[in-house]
Amino acid sequence: MSGPNTDYDPVEVTPLRADEVEAQRDAALAAIAAAADLEALKQVRLEHAGDRSPLALANREIGALPPQARKEAGARVGKARGEVNKALGQRLAVLEAEHEERMLVEETVDVTLPTDRALTGARHPITMMSERIADVFVAMGWEVAEGPQVEAEWLNFDALNMGADHPARTMQDTFWLEPAEAALVLRTHTSPVQARTMLTREPPIYVVCPGRVYRTDEIDATHSPVFHQVEGLVIDEGITMAHLKGSLDHFATAMFGEGITTRFRPSYFPFTEPSAEVDLVCFVCRGVNSDECRTCRGEGWIEWGGCGVVNPRVLIACGVDPEKYTGFAFGMGIDRTLMFRHGVEDLRDVFEGDIRFAQPFGIEI
Amino acid sequence: MKAPVSWIREYVDLPDAVTSDELAATLTMLGLKLEALVTPADAITGPLVVGRVLTIEKEPQKNGKVINWCTVDVADANGTGEPQGIICGAHNFVEGDLVVVCLPGAVLPGNFEISARKTYGHISAGMICSSRELGLGEDHDGIIVLPAEAGRPGDDAFEVLAMNDSIIEFEINPDRAYALSLRGIARETGIGFDVPFRDPADRDVPAANGDGYPVVVDDVAGCPVFVARSVTGFDPAAPTPDWMVTRLTAAGMRPISLGVDITNYVMLELGQPIHGYDRSKLSGAIRVRRATEGEKLTTLDGQKRKLSAEDLLITDDSGPIGIAGTMGGETTELSGSTTDVVIEAAHFDAVSIFRTERRHKLPSEASKRFERGVDPELPAAAADRVVELMVELGGATADPGVTVVGEAPARRTVTAATDLSARVTGMEISAGTAVANLEKVGCQVVVDGDTLTATVPPWRPDMSDPFDLVEEVARIVGYDKVPSVLPPAPSGRGLPVAQKLRRRVGLVLAGAGWTESISYPFVGDSDWANLGLPDDDERRRTIRMANPLNAEEPQLATTLLPGVLRSLGLNVARGNADTSLFETGLVFLPTGEEAAPILGVDRRPTDEEWAAIEKAVPHQPQHLALALTGQRERSGWWGEGRQGSWSDAIGAVRDAAGALGVEVEVTAAALAPWHPGRCAEIRVGETVLGHAGELHPKVCKAYGVPARSAAAEIDLDALLRLAQVVTPSPHFASYPVAKEDVALVVDASVPSADVEAVLREGAGELLESVRLFDVFTGEQVGEGKKSLAFALRFRAPDRTLKEGESGAARDAAVALAAERLGAVQR
Repeated sequence: MSGPNTDYDPVEVTPLRADEVEAQRDAALAAIAAAADLEALKQVRLEHAGDRSPLALANREIGALPPQARKEAGARVGKARGEVNKALGQRLAVLEAEHEERMLVEETVDVTLPTDRALTGARHPITMMSERIADVFVAMGWEVAEGPQVEAEWLNFDALNMGADHPARTMQDTFWLEPAEAALVLRTHTSPVQARTMLTREPPIYVVCPGRVYRTDEIDATHSPVFHQVEGLVIDEGITMAHLKGSLDHFATAMFGEGITTRFRPSYFPFTEPSAEVDLVCFVCRGVNSDECRTCRGEGWIEWGGCGVVNPRVLIACGVDPEKYTGFAFGMGIDRTLMFRHGVEDLRDVFEGDIRFAQPFGIEI
Repeated sequence: MKAPVSWIREYVDLPDAVTSDELAATLTMLGLKLEALVTPADAITGPLVVGRVLTIEKEPQKNGKVINWCTVDVADANGTGEPQGIICGAHNFVEGDLVVVCLPGAVLPGNFEISARKTYGHISAGMICSSRELGLGEDHDGIIVLPAEAGRPGDDAFEVLAMNDSIIEFEINPDRAYALSLRGIARETGIGFDVPFRDPADRDVPAANGDGYPVVVDDVAGCPVFVARSVTGFDPAAPTPDWMVTRLTAAGMRPISLGVDITNYVMLELGQPIHGYDRSKLSGAIRVRRATEGEKLTTLDGQKRKLSAEDLLITDDSGPIGIAGTMGGETTELSGSTTDVVIEAAHFDAVSIFRTERRHKLPSEASKRFERGVDPELPAAAADRVVELMVELGGATADPGVTVVGEAPARRTVTAATDLSARVTGMEISAGTAVANLEKVGCQVVVDGDTLTATVPPWRPDMSDPFDLVEEVARIVGYDKVPSVLPPAPSGRGLPVAQKLRRRVGLVLAGAGWTESISYPFVGDSDWANLGLPDDDERRRTIRMANPLNAEEPQLATTLLPGVLRSLGLNVARGNADTSLFETGLVFLPTGEEAAPILGVDRRPTDEEWAAIEKAVPHQPQHLALALTGQRERSGWWGEGRQGSWSDAIGAVRDAAGALGVEVEVTAAALAPWHPGRCAEIRVGETVLGHAGELHPKVCKAYGVPARSAAAEIDLDALLRLAQVVTPSPHFASYPVAKEDVALVVDASVPSADVEAVLREGAGELLESVRLFDVFTGEQVGEGKKSLAFALRFRAPDRTLKEGESGAARDAAVALAAERLGAVQR
């Protein structure tokens, strides 16, 4: 920084001459316009707008002028510098835009490259089907109950009106546990959860119980010694078969869509009376042109499960007053439901553990 | 139960317009479920005609077989009237026999097209058919030889063989044993179509007298009724008439001989099992008694059976001659020389028969009916019907003697409110409808005010309770009339917490690339060997099944590892090299005190009784197991992938626990089936949740998975109990963080978790977090040493840290590590 120079004739200060300022400005503007890229422009900025640029140096000289001359010289230099800076700004914007555009082109990648770094996981479709079913009933205000799989014979059979000499016992090929005196079985159905629920809670009872059950069937395309059921039980005052029908119709619609309802056929279960088989309107053909339907095999209906009014004998064994309360119960195969809802053709796929079975189901909920 | 429609129609005035499909559909909605409807003719495209064998030339072949070159008269059915030349390999026919001929152009079951073709040096223009070829039965011992009067050559064989008659197979529920007879099915048909039913059991029977075959019943409870009738002069050579053969075959029974066929026919017709004895082989009175333990009898199926004291027997002076209501014995059976027959039509106690059948694993057509309940008033009529048929078809003479021991129990009455059906079903059912419907099924009903009393017909032993009446009333009104009404919604509490938490664990694992599987909980000693469990390992103490499907796997799993490792092996074998599996399921842990009482059912169990049940049921906690092999992160254009290891197994358990807000502690352990140097015990405080790590090399080999495969198993129930249901909000400061890194050299045997814990303790309150970010071994750190690099973050809750404060805290941490663990800062 130079100090005041009193010997100096301000008028004769060359850099502040109007023609000189204009020449510097024009040189700067020309250089700016000529800068081809950001690097060149950076150089131009140093040369024509930097601290050592002619106009910056001229600006320093202004302080040495007599007061009456400063104003005019200041205005002249200021204007020139303003024009240069403005041009720089404009040129920078243009060059930056060009640069960005070019970079974006150059940085193009192959977005079709695979991205499967992580393994695909999945929950088992039986798990999700069980949860889906539970959710339908939970949304209706019901509760979810569970019970053990090794179960007391009394709860699996006797309490459900299947005494030791009941022919229905042989219909459910039972895994008996040793020793025989232990009177334990692998539960053949989820119905003992009914009995447990009645024995441990006071009515009104609205429960749904999904779970694993066992029968001595060799595994094949449609049988498995281990499979899954869902049981429903309602005990309340004034409960009728109509409430059973209403609940199952709602269940069917929630699972299979509008218009899919149920049909009852008389049947027999020791723990319900009256008893019914539940058929579902075939959700594929809806009973129209069923002959060609592969899902219901021409029946228009799909066998879904069993149900009925809880036999008062069961209420008595489980400590519920049959004079005050009535109830209904139903049971469906979850595996079976999975098979026809999703077109599973071989039950072995469900239990073998090949990850390719579960994976397409992902974390469907 | 299979029933030809023509046979059903014999007892009901069913309009001709009703099709077999409609009949089956109506009966299904009444509770006799259609299992199958078959019209044999539908499976065949004609021409199928009657032929008469004119000539047979026997032609021996080089292979030792003899074939028959036949000419068969089929009249004009072949268009020419000339005899048809046909090769036939069967030998059960002679010239002049009427046979069934399939002419060229016909298609038999199995899309088997018949054409004229050259064989054995002749043009064989058609086929002489056996029953099996026509889909009429399993009989393939020879071709069908029709009775002489069955028809004339050229007649349509569909008609002659009654192949246009549909056969409906019903699935009969245990409460409808009466429908295991044409009598019962026809009765239901009458109800379904509201047409009159003629009861084939409704016949005049001769009164009992003292001249019949002597019968003594020692066990009246086991055999309340025993009727014996006799015939003499029965022609053992008399053939079973064609119509009876057709019906028996259609019903699924194999024709044997006229005598036996008649007893089976009457059983099908009325539902009463019948047994015929060769009178000449009986010695002394027939006696019904319980067996003495160890007594022996050879039953008709040729099996020598050791009897139990509970078995009800038919005996004579020679000893046991039959197991009552189940199967007769060999010594007195009807044979090709039997002329005098004693006919048994008895009623046996259902429970007794059921137990015997189960004990001897001897289900028979008779026992199937008795165990479900047969009409006890039926024996006299059924025996009379057998006598009638033996006289009519076998040229026998009815013996006038009629033995009747005992009598049918009194008919049961059931009382119920007249509006019970309406109240239970939610349908509008008047008292009048209820009464009318009960009368339709055979009840006699008396109404007194608001109650009705139904006298139940003897063929309905299942009807004993008021609700049984409701089902009968409702099924006739029609289950399709039950309205659909949602029950009043209770105020639910939503999904139980445990279920929500379990879902969360599953979702977290699935999201992290683990795939859920389900396996059977059946295991055997080979699994324990495969896992390398020592003999005294707790997991070898199991509950056993009395009747396992596979004798090699009779135990219930105490660990999910066998199942999940078998699945892992299956995936590897199928080429799924990168597999990460998980499974949740119950394990079965014996308490050693399993003895569940069989309680009464006439009241609620007492608290003591209930406690005894609960105590007897084994402990069955839910476990989580996982197993992995191959890559956890895949190789790709981005670079190398990452092979899964022990660390992923431990990490997955940490993630699952973390999803429940539980921070687990990991310490080194040595437990089979894990690698002893790469096994972690997973704990929370004093609770051991389980183990995780790399599998022992032998275990990998045993399950057919690559070395270094890893696995984990934890008690999921125990983890759920520790879950943080309400997460407390964190408190954190906005002042700047100060970061300090330290690298410490310690003995290789010192667990990193211990170093971290000491750093935590030594760093004091300003420490916000500590994280191990590198482990290094090598020459620079020395033999038996390792270098652990930790990133420490310091922050004060209420101020910016002063210069040097974090450094001092770090130095304190390092000093403590040096003091406690001999750590040296690098």
